[in-house]
Order: sequence, then C-alpha cells, then structure tokens
Amino acid sequence: MTQKDIKLFTPTTVVLLVIMAAGGLAALYRVFFGLGASTHLSNIWPWGLWISFDVLGGVALAAGGFVIAGTVYLLNWKKYKPIVRPAILNAFFGYALAATSITLDIGVPWRIWHPVVMWQVNSIMFIVAIHVVLYTTTLATESSPLIFEKLNMPRALHFVEKIMVGIVLFGVLLSTLHQSSLGAVFLIAPTKVSPLWYSSRLPYMFLVSAVMLALSMVSFETILSSRVFKHEPPRDILLGLARGSLVVTGFYLVLKLWDLITGPGIGYALNGSLVSNMYLLEMILGIILPFVLLLMNNVRTRLNGIFFVNVLVIIGTVLNRLNVGIVSMAEYNGRMGYDYFPSWMEFLVTMAMIAFAILGFKISVKYLNVLKLEH
Amino acid sequence: MSMNRRDFLKTAAAGSGILLASTVTPANASMPKELPPEAVGILYDATLCIGCKSCMVNCKTYNNVPGGALYLPGRATSYEVKPGEPYWDSATDLSSKTVNVIKVNKSGTAVNKDNNENGYSFIKQHCLHCITPACVSVCPVGALRKNPVTGVVYYEESRCIGCRYCMIGCPFNIPRYEYERAIPQVRKCQLCQHRYEEGKYSACCEFCPTGASIFGKVVDLRKEAAKRLTLKPGDVYDFPVQTVGSKEKSRRPVSKYINHVYGMKEAGGTQYLLLAGVPFDWLGFNKNISEAYLPDLTWAYIAKIPAVIAGVILVGTATWAITKNRNKDKEE
Ligand code: SF4
Ligand code: SF4
Ligand code: SF4
Repeated sequence: MTQKDIKLFTPTTVVLLVIMAAGGLAALYRVFFGLGASTHLSNIWPWGLWISFDVLGGVALAAGGFVIAGTVYLLNWKKYKPIVRPAILNAFFGYALAATSITLDIGVPWRIWHPVVMWQVNSIMFIVAIHVVLYTTTLATESSPLIFEKLNMPRALHFVEKIMVGIVLFGVLLSTLHQSSLGAVFLIAPTKVSPLWYSSRLPYMFLVSAVMLALSMVSFETILSSRVFKHEPPRDILLGLARGSLVVTGFYLVLKLWDLITGPGIGYALNGSLVSNMYLLEMILGIILPFVLLLMNNVRTRLNGIFFVNVLVIIGTVLNRLNVGIVSMAEYNGRMGYDYFPSWMEFLVTMAMIAFAILGFKISVKYLNVLKLEH
Repeated sequence: MSMNRRDFLKTAAAGSGILLASTVTPANASMPKELPPEAVGILYDATLCIGCKSCMVNCKTYNNVPGGALYLPGRATSYEVKPGEPYWDSATDLSSKTVNVIKVNKSGTAVNKDNNENGYSFIKQHCLHCITPACVSVCPVGALRKNPVTGVVYYEESRCIGCRYCMIGCPFNIPRYEYERAIPQVRKCQLCQHRYEEGKYSACCEFCPTGASIFGKVVDLRKEAAKRLTLKPGDVYDFPVQTVGSKEKSRRPVSKYINHVYGMKEAGGTQYLLLAGVPFDWLGFNKNISEAYLPDLTWAYIAKIPAVIAGVILVGTATWAITKNRNKDKEE
C-alpha cells in the first residue's frame, strides 16, 4: 500500500469526526458554563476523569516517544529506526491530548501560562507544567523532519538531524522527570491515597510502568498499522520489543509486589472491597497475566500473541492511572459521604480527545512520511 | 547520524542548562517550619461553644467586602437560612459560600454536652493556617501564600489557575472551589487578614458571645490552652472573651477536657488551636494526620531532580559514545 491509497473519508473517519464535534461542543459548554455544570467534580473530588485518564494516561501512553528515540539514538540500536517516527508522532498526540485536557480541567483556562512565569519550586504541579511545555517543544522538534521533508527544506532537515542526538537526550531527560513527577503529584496526600498505591516509590513506579507501557504501545501500533495500511509487519522489531516487555514487566511486577508487602500487606489487597478489587484487576490484567504470557515461547514469538499481551498491558496501565487518580481516594472521600462518577460530558470530551489522536495520526501517515511507505 | 561528539556535547549542555535553570532551588525554596514569633491565630474551645452560629453569620458579613475571603463584586452575602430554623446561618458544611462552619456531632440520646456517649459536641471548622501549609507548597503559581509575619495563609486570586491541587494537598480538606461559576475562585478562611490590616481581628472571634473563639498571638493562645488543661472540672475560671488578652471575661465552671490541644503538632502544627471534651476524630478530624511536615514528602522527590538531570545526561552521553560504533560494520 502506498500513501496515496490511504482513504481519508471512510466510515470510521466520519464516526471520529462526529465524536470530535460532540466533544468540542461539550468543551465549549464547559468553558461558558463552568466545571459544575459540565462535570461531576466536587469539593471532595477535585480531580476526575480528565486528570486521571487524559493527563496521567495520555502522558503514559506517550512514553513510546522517548523510549524508542532513546533506544535508537542513545543506545544506537538502529534496528528500531523504522518505528521512531510513528513513536514520536504518537507521543506528540499523547501530549497534545494531555495539554488540551488540563487546559479544560483547570478552572481558569486562559491562565494556563501562569506557571511558566510564576515559579513555585515546591510544587510538583509547577514542575509538571514546565515539563509539558519543554517536552512538547522537544517532540515538535523531533518530528520536524517529517515536515521539512514534506516542504522540501533540505537545509533545515540537515540541521535538525545534526542536533538530533542532543534533542533526544534532552527528551529522555524530560520524560524521565515528567513521568515520575506525575506519580510524585500524589506524594503530598498520604492520608487520602489508599496504601495500595501510596508509597514514597510512587514516582519510580510511574516511570517504570511508563516504560513498560511504551514498549507495548509501540508494538501495538506497529502491528495495527501494518494491518490497516496492509504492509508486512516488521517481525524482527516486534519480537525484540516483546523481549523488552518481558524484562520490564517482570521488573515492574517485582516492584509492585515489594511495594505491597512492605506497605499494607497482601491481606489488604484481598479484603474484597471495591478498591482492593480494582487493585487486583490492575495487577492481574495488566502485569501478572502479560508477564506469564510473555514467558511462553509460543506467545512471545507469534504476532497474535504479542498483540494480545500489548492490549492487556495498555488496559492495565491506563487502569493503574485511573486507580491512582480516582479509585485510590474513594475510601477516604467515601468516608466523607461523597462519590464520583464522570458525567457524560466528561466522557464525551475524553472520547473526542482519543478520536482526535487517532484521526490526527491517520492524516499524518497519509501526508507525511511517518511509516516510510512508498509514495 | 553525522553529529560529532562536540556538537553533541554542546547540544546536551545547552539543553541541560535550560533544565537546570528551571529546577534551581533557591535557599528559601523549602517551606518554613517555625512558627513566626508574631503569628496570630484562633483558639476554639468546644466546651464553651453554644452553637449559636454567630461566628458563621458574621464571618460571611465581614468577608463580603473588598479584600474579604468571600467577596464577589455585586453579590449579596450568601446566608443559607432555611425557614423555620432557629439559626442565623444554616450552612451544614464548608462550601464556596461558607468558609467557617459550626457542626454538631451527636450520639445516642444526645443529652450530655461535650460527651461522646449519649451526648454531643460542637465543632468549628475552617482553615487551620498550618505552620508548614501543604496547600501553599503544592500551588504551582504561588496563589496561596503564607504571610511571613502573621503566618496567615491567604489567597491571591489573580494568580490562581484553578488546578485544585491545594484541595488534594490540604490534609484537613479545607479549600473549596466555586464550581458553580464560569470564572471560579478558591475560597477559604484567610483569618480576616483584611480586618487585621485595619487594626481589627477575626470577625468570628469578635462576635463570639461566650469566648469559645478567641483571637490572639499563637504563643499566647498556646499558653492559654495549656492552662485550661491544668484546670479541674468544676473549678471556676475567667474565660477571656473575643481576644486572649481581653479584659472582658466570662466567669463559669470548667468542663472536662480531653488532654489534647489540637493543632500543636498535627501536620507540623497549626495556628488554629482547638480544645474539646471529646476525641477529635469523633468530631470528624482524620486521625491518620501525622505530625510530619507534608511538604517534606514532596521535597524529598524534588531535591533529587538535579541529581537525576546530571545522571541522565552522563549515562545517556556515555551510552551514546560507547554504542556509537555498534552498527558501523553493518551500515558501511
Ligand atoms: S488547613 Fe489546609 S488550607 Fe488551611 S493552611 Fe493548612 S493546608 Fe492550607
Ligand atoms: S487551585 Fe489555585 S490556589 Fe489552588 S493550587 Fe491551583 S493555582 Fe494554587
Ligand atoms: S477568621 Fe474570619 S474568615 Fe476565618 S472563620 Fe473567622 S470570620 Fe471567617
């Protein structure tokens, strides 16, 4: 398949556009009528779906960008070069999603730039904000060769490629700090976050799980786009990613168990409450099952098997972010008599963000040389 | 990749320079941990409180002026009075329109005052003006600040972006948000700082008829609280009214206290101190709040950032240099 063969106006595209339009309306409603009218947030539940899924999840889903760029440019593992561009582009959309959602989520969106000028170095939120700004710029630079190629600007292209290693290193640094900082956001609330997730290692857990998710996400995308755009999947790369996944998933599993045993203890996870069950679901679906499956040779070496594991890891890690952001506070907030479940407008905006990322990726593949398909 | 080592190092150095600049830690970056000597606060004695809610209604009245914690140009004072109720203000919890609330906790027949068996106790809830406030430490734009002299934790609306991290950070669940408005603000007690500047003091203390809420320097309030704990139930004592050094006293027998001044140590200490005849967790205070300074939990992470920056740059550069030639044979 060549880029020209990619049809833009398919039924899927229409569905995505409808979702985006509806989400856009919901977002406008939120801007004009406020958070109370559009969300189910409250004084006891100040953060909900947008923070937990769009921001925590979106940034985690974007981790493929720094992991693969680092692998290729810093570890010089050139085998993975073909997936650098889609991984970075995907990261760009992940960050765009997170940045748009946080802008909608804060009460005064037009002051989103305040942290950049009003520094407050005690605040993890400040550190997170600075990272979003710097890393989105870095990602734009990392993916600029796509544009320079398209516009036929060889000198700009040459310049960016010349400084690429430095940019990638900067990107890896920012991502390391940013992924872990999102975990560190919750360090301030030891009495609110359930001990199943709260520990001083929370930043570290966020970083390791982001790397784990990165490998699965990139592999998932590679398999998916080879199916959608009907080209031969790069087996060698996918098997390599699966081996990487096995190592990182194993490491993360050990970390999680260590955290549980030295923290609230295994019994706490088995006490049958909703919160504990959500923890078990995340552990089993997103970590234990993928690890066990990857241990099996005939899963790890078959694309269908790898694809299935990827889906599990993606769901499991996103669930982890939802758990930390929402479920972990359910017990504390529940004691005060408050529940939270997102409103339909919150869901709609989130769905529109996802639709935007999918469609944006597709358009990029058609018009820019992302997958290095034939022209 | 046609970049040589010098280009690379230059780029890396420039990049890290930007990042280092963004994470520099000024000497005063970590949060204050000492009570400012002139700090002011409130002592609330639940055994003296009669639940009249005069403090609630006057808190609203005197904060609905420019500079006040509830001020909004053009908005009427937000009393929440239900018809037929014998109170001045019937708000049942803190909200964006109520930054001070009197609650009552009951058990059984609820006949004995200041008793958690078949009794009841009042409690006055508002910002505790922590000595090391979590809300100030988490605010990304410095919209919540602590006055270095009075220790008052106040709010600068024009900075606030509305991220609501302060609400997550506050261990006492104090800050409230105006979800109902399209241009919302955080609302919390600011210890009537606007009145203090005019030589007055907290409205809730000025209008408390019994001396249950008294205003003063925290050092004096601490002494007063400690003294009350030494009194024997039934002794007659002259309780100061309005302010801790007031000449006006309310002479009455002492009730039984539990041996605890809330706010001496909780979350590192607060400028709002409380006395009661019943345990504080029974009154709704989270008993898991430790004596640790909450901002330290975050600072432990932030303090490592410069080391992480140096580490990633070093390891990244070294890895690049070592593995640079890995694919040479294949490529050429
Ligand atoms: S009680 Fe809460 S809002 Fe008040 S100073 Fe302490 S942390 Fe801030
Ligand atoms: S909501 Fe406003 S005051 Fe609270 S932490 Fe965010 S910016 Fe600061
Ligand atoms: S000090 Fe002022 S703002 Fe705070 S509760 Fe009392 S009256 Fe209200």
